[in-house]
Amino acid sequence: MTSTIEAPRSPYSRAPRSRGVNWEKWGWIYMRVSGVVLVVLIFGHLFVNLMVGEGVSALNFAFVAGKLTTPFWMVWDVLMLWLALIHGGNGMRTLVNDYATQRLTRGILKSAILAAVVILIVLGTLVVFTFDPCPAGSPADLLPSFCPAS
Amino acid sequence: MSTATATETAPTTAGAPVVPEEIQSFTVTLIIRRYNPEVDDEPHWDDFDVQMYPTDRVLDALHKIKWEQDGSLSFRRSCAHGICGSDAMRINGRNRLACKTLIKDLDITKPVYVEAIKGLPLEKDLIVDMEPFFESFRAVQPFLVANSAPADGKERIQTVAQRERFDDTTKCILCAACTSSCPVFWTDGQYFGPAAIVNAHRFIFDSRDDNAAVRLDILNDKEGVWRCRTTFNCTEACPRGIQVTQAISEVKQAMLRGTL
Repeated sequence: MTSTIEAPRSPYSRAPRSRGVNWEKWGWIYMRVSGVVLVVLIFGHLFVNLMVGEGVSALNFAFVAGKLTTPFWMVWDVLMLWLALIHGGNGMRTLVNDYATQRLTRGILKSAILAAVVILIVLGTLVVFTFDPCPAGSPADLLPSFCPAS
Repeated sequence: MSTATATETAPTTAGAPVVPEEIQSFTVTLIIRRYNPEVDDEPHWDDFDVQMYPTDRVLDALHKIKWEQDGSLSFRRSCAHGICGSDAMRINGRNRLACKTLIKDLDITKPVYVEAIKGLPLEKDLIVDMEPFFESFRAVQPFLVANSAPADGKERIQTVAQRERFDDTTKCILCAACTSSCPVFWTDGQYFGPAAIVNAHRFIFDSRDDNAAVRLDILNDKEGVWRCRTTFNCTEACPRGIQVTQAISEVKQAMLRGTL
């Protein structure tokens, strides 16, 4: 006499896995790598701005304008901008994934985060690379004192 | 029994036997989250006063309530000695085994709050449906997969170091205290949860097992190890003292390196 033995395990009931890039994994790695780089970038930024030379009292428009004419600091600031915004945005995304239970709420919140990150990155990058402390043709009384026109 | 022994051996002063101090009992208030699906729409809190000794456990208090005050109180327990993993519950907001939580370790000047573990469907009082939990457990293939015949046709020899590698994760009793303390699991039941990863770890790092790559692939999922936020709730909750968060990190590392 034969008898059928039922399968010992219920069929795999999870949603089928999506093939392709494993975004969760790369997001996780990105957080670790960018975190380490950001520690150097941010503390370097704070040290140069607040401690070196005259320290915090040297901070003014001219100081920032001076930094933004140096390629080294332009690269430094843009790196900091991109890494920090994506790092923060990804962190917010995981928070939304963890705590927003409604699909629609999740969608709205994540779109808002993405929009904020993209807009800030575009504006920030534009400022760093197109910054001109003494734009030609501006009224002299609006220009900082170190500009040749004023 | 022990009282009698103490009386016999206790030193006497002036010939009079010293009466051992009576062990103080005290009233403990338990506030239990009750739910009867046939009557209640929503769970509610009921309070009970029980006379307890410091050496009693929360499980003894629940027994006293069930046996002497309200027989309808429902909870799971089997061995009552911290090994079967049946009576995980949330005691004063922390996931504990009722049979391993001594009354004296709780602040009994305040009521003790007892409720079912979170994140799993509530069935009645302190009982939850464990099926989603076990489904994740089954999904990681928690059994030895060996493709080769053992040498000499006898057994698979392991060195002490090889056995030590996964010793911590062999202690799991599947009580679900870790998984149901995980905030990611609370909002997303699709997450495998700490217990499933711990049990995958137990075989991934077992030198006798040949299916580590398959298990790593299963956990290298959107709902796999990458959802872990290292909040350490699971490590804190584990009644067996398993370093759950560390085990999850070791699985992550194995995935990143591609080697064990």
